[in-house]
Amino acid sequence: MGHIDTFLESSLDTVDLAEEAVLKVAKEAGLQEEGRYELGMAVREIMTNAVVHGNRYSLNKKVHLVVSREENAVIVKIGDEGDGYTPDCQPDPLAEENLLNQSGRGMMIVRAFVDEVLVTSEPRRGTEVTMRKYLQSEA
Amino acid sequence: MSLKLSTRQVGDVTIVDAAGRITLGEGSSAFRDLVKDLITKGSKKVILNLGEISYIDSSGIGELVSSFTTVQNAGGQMKLLNLTKRVKDLLQITKLYTVFEVFEDEAASLASFK
Repeated sequence: MGHIDTFLESSLDTVDLAEEAVLKVAKEAGLQEEGRYELGMAVREIMTNAVVHGNRYSLNKKVHLVVSREENAVIVKIGDEGDGYTPDCQPDPLAEENLLNQSGRGMMIVRAFVDEVLVTSEPRRGTEVTMRKYLQSEA
Repeated sequence: MSLKLSTRQVGDVTIVDAAGRITLGEGSSAFRDLVKDLITKGSKKVILNLGEISYIDSSGIGELVSSFTTVQNAGGQMKLLNLTKRVKDLLQITKLYTVFEVFEDEAASLASFK
């Protein structure tokens, strides 16, 4: 199984399902254990954002998960049907005044754990995050 | 494994032994409830032993921060003990390693309250 293209319910259960599916592809592709942990964490963070903040658990909205492989990388694309947001307007979680905020660290962890991240988000058109994790990763 | 929490008392210090996962919807509310309960019962010195935590995500990190501020706002202190490499890495990525007081030895963590 080298490719997944599926629509998932907006529930926390699907966060586990998505992580499991991505990690299966990643293992088959040859991604090592630490790399799989990092990719799995990134998938969890983006899936959680899609379910909780994007689709807000709506039964009428799906999360679109696409997993594919390149020769030297695993690519994961996660899209929601939410209201979208402006990525550049998010508070910096590393700023002194935000360090003790309860939330807002997910995207920073994603950027630390995968090699490339592309976020596309527009008001009322949802958010799509594409992540690339190289098999010989430096992330 | 979902989150398992147990507490023990060493003098006036409460040690919380946590094992399993701290993720959204998986134990994070139990963790918050336990800390609130400790504060209600008057515990002001809390050590959180994370040695058996196998996985923590950004929501779990948020719970650690929330508990830290809850204890601090009540006039107490919460310190961390036995971080696994992965938890330590996450705290470093998020710059929280400088916020929390972290120990690798239980005796040293207990002594730090004196």
